[in-house]
Amino acid sequence: MAACSIEDVLAKVEKDEAEILKNITVHKELELEFDIGNLAAFDKNPADVGLFRKHKKEEFLRSLARDNTQLLINEMWKLPTERVQEAVVAKLPEPHTRLPREKPLPKPRPPTKWEEFAKLKGIPKKKKTNLVWDDVHKEWRRRWGYKRAKDDTKDWLIEVPESADPNEDQFARRLKAKNERVAKNELNRLKNIARGQKVSVQVPPKDQSKAELGKAMQLARISTASVGKFQDKLPKEKPTRTVGKKRSFQPLIGDFNMEKQRQLDLLKVMENKKPRMNVTRAVNRQMREEDAEAARHKKEGRRGGKGGKKKGRGGGGKGRGGPKSKKHHGK
Amino acid sequence: MRPLTDEETKALFEKVSKYIGENIKLLVDRPDGVYCFRLHKDRVYYLSEKLLKLSTNISRDKLISVGTCFGKFTKTMKFRLHVTALDYLAPYAKYKVWVKPGAEQSFLYGNHVLKSGLGRITENTSQYQGVVVYSMADVPLGFGVAAKSTQDCRKLDPMAIVVFHQADIGEYLRSEDTLT
Repeated sequence: MAACSIEDVLAKVEKDEAEILKNITVHKELELEFDIGNLAAFDKNPADVGLFRKHKKEEFLRSLARDNTQLLINEMWKLPTERVQEAVVAKLPEPHTRLPREKPLPKPRPPTKWEEFAKLKGIPKKKKTNLVWDDVHKEWRRRWGYKRAKDDTKDWLIEVPESADPNEDQFARRLKAKNERVAKNELNRLKNIARGQKVSVQVPPKDQSKAELGKAMQLARISTASVGKFQDKLPKEKPTRTVGKKRSFQPLIGDFNMEKQRQLDLLKVMENKKPRMNVTRAVNRQMREEDAEAARHKKEGRRGGKGGKKKGRGGGGKGRGGPKSKKHHGK
Repeated sequence: MRPLTDEETKALFEKVSKYIGENIKLLVDRPDGVYCFRLHKDRVYYLSEKLLKLSTNISRDKLISVGTCFGKFTKTMKFRLHVTALDYLAPYAKYKVWVKPGAEQSFLYGNHVLKSGLGRITENTSQYQGVVVYSMADVPLGFGVAAKSTQDCRKLDPMAIVVFHQADIGEYLRSEDTLT
């Protein structure tokens, strides 16, 4: 009984194992291609169309998916596994199927004003080393930031420049300059961002004086469709005086002598502003004189040569020398 | 009509003095009576005091022209000389150019003066100097700007421009409806 039962049990176990094995083994004509990194499997076997038509489609697809998933999981179990807090984990290898990216490529950052300028002028980017030699401390230090080389904030004494006010605090001045540089840089940074997004930035107004505020208020008041006619007034507001200069002209028939005198004065001023020597004209004059001088020399030289020839040929026949000299003259 | 402001006077004088130099004083300070410059509808008129007083009888919108028009101010407040000013520029001109009879017609049609048409030119004319153009019979034909100095003119080829055209008496016919 017992033996029988043992055999039975063994048989049952064997059967169970076979069942399990059958469940987890799937036969395919072509091996699947796996990309475990992406948890993907590619089934290249052609789908059985006859079976697809005969069976219920849904069922066929489900069984196909189940088989392939089984194969994928089998493949995963081949990876080395470890146990982390009652969970079996495996490290997936690097995926080798290249997937297209989900989102479009990010747009490049629009160039800053300096970058545009540098491109226009062809100024190359220069990489500066992070560390520079500090002669005072005899060591390499950062170019900027904490514990930087040549740190002028650590000066315990500042020489007062000759041109500066002796009572001025040079430390405060340095700090103020630094703060201003920082603020300017920040403003430029914001401007660059705004330019990238095509938004105009308004420079925050400086501290306005009373007069400036008044002018701004007056402008705002008349900047309505009715030019401020129906604008409400404050309880004790004074009537605004018209701002802006009115053009004024001399009378049409006024003091003619004064008019003449003013014009003559204006002419005198204009004459004084003119340079005494016109350089181009002076150069032209010089060139002309030189030309004239050269021409005179040439003339004289020719005359002298002619005389010399005559002298030289004095002994020769008159008939031969005559026509030659005449021809020369004609040229 | 109104007198010129200081800037306008300066613009006018600077332009006119390119042609007649310091002779402009003779236009301002005349022995034969009081003459003045007046602005009317952007145009500058040169007229005697007597004429000015008479012209005050005419309302502004009805007045077309009075005295001699020297030129007009452009919208950018530059001054442009008109050919009507020639009567006052010609007698005082410092730099003159005479054109040959054959080139007269071309100039009067509004063309530049070429070297081939150049009869005579005042000595020591510098480049871009305002010049008054005369016919060989000493009739003023218009004015322009010297394209080359006298010195350079000698070596120029015949088809090169010597004087840039600015205004000529042919405009009395060509621009009859705009000249005042």
